[in-house]
Amino acid sequence: MTGASGEPIIIMRDVHKWFGEFHVLKGINLEVGKSQKVVVCGPSGSGKSTMIRCINRLEEHQRGEIIVDGIELTSDVKNVEAIRREVGMVFQSFNLFPHLTVLENLILAPMWVRRTPRKEAEELAMSLLERVKIPEQAHKYPGQLSGGQQQRVAIARALCMKPKIMLFDEPTSALDPEMVKEVLDVMIELANEGMTMVVVTHEMGFAKSVADFVVFMDDGEIVEVAPPSVFFTSPKSDRTKLFLSQILEH
Amino acid sequence: MAVQERASAAAAVQPPVTERITVLAWLKHNLFSTWYNSLLTILVGYLLYLVLVPVFRWAVLDATVSGDSKEACDFAGACWTLVKVRFGQYVYGLYPEDQRWRVNLALAIAAVAMVPLFLERFRHRLTYAVGLVLVYPLVGYTLFYGGWLGLPVVETPRWGGLFLTLVIAGVGITASFPLGILLALGRRSEMPVIRSLCVAFIELVRGVPLVTILFMASVMLPLFLPAGVNFDKLMRALVGVALFSAAYMAEVVRGGLQAIPKGQYEAAMALGLGYWQMTGLIVLPQALRLVIPGIVNTFIGLFKDTSLVTIIGLFDLLGMAKLIVTDPRWLGLAAESYIFAAFGFWIFCYAMSRYSQHVERRLSAGERR
Ligand SMILES: Nc1ncnc2c1ncn2[C@@H]1O[C@H](COP(=O)(O)OP(=O)(O)OP(=O)(O)O)[C@@H](O)[C@H]1O
Ligand SMILES: [Mg+2]
Repeated sequence: MTGASGEPIIIMRDVHKWFGEFHVLKGINLEVGKSQKVVVCGPSGSGKSTMIRCINRLEEHQRGEIIVDGIELTSDVKNVEAIRREVGMVFQSFNLFPHLTVLENLILAPMWVRRTPRKEAEELAMSLLERVKIPEQAHKYPGQLSGGQQQRVAIARALCMKPKIMLFDEPTSALDPEMVKEVLDVMIELANEGMTMVVVTHEMGFAKSVADFVVFMDDGEIVEVAPPSVFFTSPKSDRTKLFLSQILEH
Repeated sequence: MAVQERASAAAAVQPPVTERITVLAWLKHNLFSTWYNSLLTILVGYLLYLVLVPVFRWAVLDATVSGDSKEACDFAGACWTLVKVRFGQYVYGLYPEDQRWRVNLALAIAAVAMVPLFLERFRHRLTYAVGLVLVYPLVGYTLFYGGWLGLPVVETPRWGGLFLTLVIAGVGITASFPLGILLALGRRSEMPVIRSLCVAFIELVRGVPLVTILFMASVMLPLFLPAGVNFDKLMRALVGVALFSAAYMAEVVRGGLQAIPKGQYEAAMALGLGYWQMTGLIVLPQALRLVIPGIVNTFIGLFKDTSLVTIIGLFDLLGMAKLIVTDPRWLGLAAESYIFAAFGFWIFCYAMSRYSQHVERRLSAGERR
């Protein structure tokens, strides 16, 4: 379905999911190659979050298969844990741990999941805080930071696990407009370094400059997949056209 | 009320006054700011005078401490002679006098061993606390019970007084806390069997008075046990008290668990933490500090509930207070005896309350959601 080159690192084949009676994902097919950046967009309630949360099994799919980095997601806890170690996730609402300092937020998973010694984990954490440009906040608590800073900490926290894939679920929608750029800058830098990224966002500027292809979802289905140059200028489906006209108006 | 409103209205406009306020100014500001505040102050002052002066007279001015029998007291005031003479029994119950040093030693060890828990710098406080909870009961039991290292055995029916209160409360608190946490986690478990078991246990135990549980433990348990198996009476009381307060603790902890946003679980899972890591590192530290007041409230309740063990024939601090005044030589001194016991309970409960405030302040320093 997509133009992934080489062995895809994420494969979703005919993925279905129901919330009770409600059919949220209706046969999702998607392949993402190593180092590819995918932007997912679509109207509210179309199942974007649900789809990317299936990739690290925060949601369980009920039919079809999902293979991440060669490991199939089944109810086997071992597989789930192995995949979660390779997949970082950034949420709309940051979800930092409020009872831990920024540095402690960052070193927690490396120390407990990867068994990295504290000193090494702290060095890695500090270098990542440099990368997201807030090393001076290391000993503050999340509640003392601005939204943009918190989201950058959240990105650094995910990167601390040295993931192969990063998932972003609307990382900038909870931010004040003036903070959106600082987070997008970090994400663009990450993209340029060759990280595989799946990003749910309505930041079309980001999609245009970074994405290898844009996925448009509506009503639990993938309606259109195209490189940004094609997607924004000559979308095929009417639903995409309608969506684009709506968000580009604003 | 009026005073407070005024003060806050003034504070909103002016920068806070930082210079030292004189006593007179303080009095004027807080007690005599308006005519009706002055009236209230005088009225309340008069009522306090009416109540406190006779109490103070009775308890201090006219009280007797000298002598070593009831005859030394003139009954114009309290007869603290009783407490002085029988002090050892209030504290140790019927524990043999020449062996009381063992109790003192064990309590001293406990006090010293608890010091690191108060050191802010000490990093491994939690690990240390867990170790202490696991090791100390062995030390305590060895010393209290004896029959070891040449120490004569002191059977549990002779344990009593404040010492027994502390043993029951200590065991109750340290056992019910982890047990309550497990029950609360179980009640929110996704496994139906575990969940129903926890719900059934909590609802069953919370639905009956502690006295009933103690009665059942002491009277009915032996009926079910095979003949010859003798289950110590104190042991049964300990199990009863621990299970009872575990059920309450579970509900307090559950309240904290419910306040943790879903995003915290998701972030922890997305980082690859397993269930127990997520629970121990992310969920419980946040949930427990939210419910510290409730936890301490349960502990204080438990501490006072230990006095119900008198019903099954154990003599804790209150039990001793009651027993002592049935002695014909000390008849008629119930007030002194009960007041002293109440004072003993109050000291410990107040200490717990203060410690919890200290913990809350320390945990909330610097961090806010
Ligand atoms: N836990 C749940 N239980 C039941 N229904 C759910 C649950 N989570 C999501 N849904 C429903 O599934 C649909 C898809 O939700 P999803 O969050 O994936 O949408 P989305 O595309 O991310 O939307 P948005 O742009 O608003 O974030 C919605 O209709 C939502 O109401
Ligand atoms: Mg969403």
